[in-house]
Amino acid sequence: MPLSVKNLLGIKDLTAEDISLILKTAVSFKDVLQRPIKKVPTLRDTTIVNLFYENSTRTRISFELAEKRLSADTINFAASSSSVKKGETLIDTVNNILAMKVDMVVMRHSATGAPHFLSKHIDAAVINAGDGINEHPTQALLDSFSIQEKTGSLKGRKVAIIGDIMHSRVAMSNMYCLQKMGAEVVVCGPPTLIPKHIEAMGVKVTYQVREALEWCDVANVLRIQLERQNKPLFSTLREYSLYYGIDKALLDSLKKPIVIMHPGPINRGVELASDVADSEHSIILDQVQNGVAVRMAVLYLLAGKKEETLN
Amino acid sequence: MKPLLSHQQLSITIERLACQLLENHGDFSNSVLIGMQPRGVFLSDRIYERLCKALPGTAIAYGKLDITFYRDDFKTSADDLPVANETAIPFSLADKKIILVDDVLFTGRTIRAGLDALLDFGRPADVELLVLVDRRFSRELPIQPDYVGLSVDTVAEQMVKVVWGPNDQKNEVILIEA
Repeated sequence: MPLSVKNLLGIKDLTAEDISLILKTAVSFKDVLQRPIKKVPTLRDTTIVNLFYENSTRTRISFELAEKRLSADTINFAASSSSVKKGETLIDTVNNILAMKVDMVVMRHSATGAPHFLSKHIDAAVINAGDGINEHPTQALLDSFSIQEKTGSLKGRKVAIIGDIMHSRVAMSNMYCLQKMGAEVVVCGPPTLIPKHIEAMGVKVTYQVREALEWCDVANVLRIQLERQNKPLFSTLREYSLYYGIDKALLDSLKKPIVIMHPGPINRGVELASDVADSEHSIILDQVQNGVAVRMAVLYLLAGKKEETLN
Repeated sequence: MKPLLSHQQLSITIERLACQLLENHGDFSNSVLIGMQPRGVFLSDRIYERLCKALPGTAIAYGKLDITFYRDDFKTSADDLPVANETAIPFSLADKKIILVDDVLFTGRTIRAGLDALLDFGRPADVELLVLVDRRFSRELPIQPDYVGLSVDTVAEQMVKVVWGPNDQKNEVILIEA
């Protein structure tokens, strides 16, 4: 069964079957990545542009690697070193790039909805690599893949998302993805960093990090997104760390071992202590490795989408 | 629908193919059996079973190869995107003698993809092709089998299907008219 969507704009638009198909395909690609020659010729005639209007290390490298492992031709575009600085609009930039016959666009933008806007104006498939505080779908997919790989299944799994929920697109995409796959989600953070009425998403809320950790099987810890906070929402990072930081002593005092995840970049000593980030409970580096396989799956499934099955 | 091989004939054919392999590969010390996913594996499983019986105490290298990501009709095919199957080749293929196993040889495109995929696991000494059914005169690429269970003359509209019944009962090869 093919994907129900032409673009990957958000997990919100996917069905549980879509997510299962992506995760299943990613297993095959993870296998490719273990081979002596870690490359398949699948997307030989496909050109992909990576359009990054916002800084990124992990996601951009991960997408680029995924594209190269699939033998696609790639173009990298970073807004900081382009005509955007000279005042070109988004649609003009993209039309110019598309005039060079591009099949897919991977886009990160600081404005919520930028990839959705783009997808309405161009024929090429659009993949959202993070838009403002809205969604970061491939991160949620790789998080789900990693949880499934580590614990066997997503159904009934208890996942706590801890940190800056308000400004986190990773939190948003994860809430959609995990719940569609049958996992339970609790969000945890200071009241000022949790949006009002978040219960409408189907998740539970706690303001006590210990309570969240006692409850969960997996803790997905997020970074404080200072760059998106234009007013003070807590007094100091030191205070945040004191109340919401997770260290070895806290983990050891729990009744059962839990899995620790983090989408990166980590602020060591703020949300996670170093001894936790590097401990055997942490699957942070597995997440990075799985990211390439999951992105290969997304690119493959969208590139293979047949014209007549669209709409 | 026309039967091409009955259960019993199919069983004899598989036996013969296994014997031909033993004749050419001896103790299998440098040979590797590779089944093509998904349908060639049903055949390779049975051949592997017979080889193991014939060579007790020998560990015969046996792998499975999926060619989904190597297809040449990825974008042009009207069918839905196939879901990839498992590739299980937990050893290097460098300098090995490889026997590639598939059920029906038609255009040769699957085997072309299989050869491409194989090379990603190392440079083999040589590669042979074993098929249960060879549909002659329908090749689109210069690929010919080394071991053939049955040769048939068909037209493109017909379909040759190898049916593997549950519990290894009622296996047969049938020709389906368009």
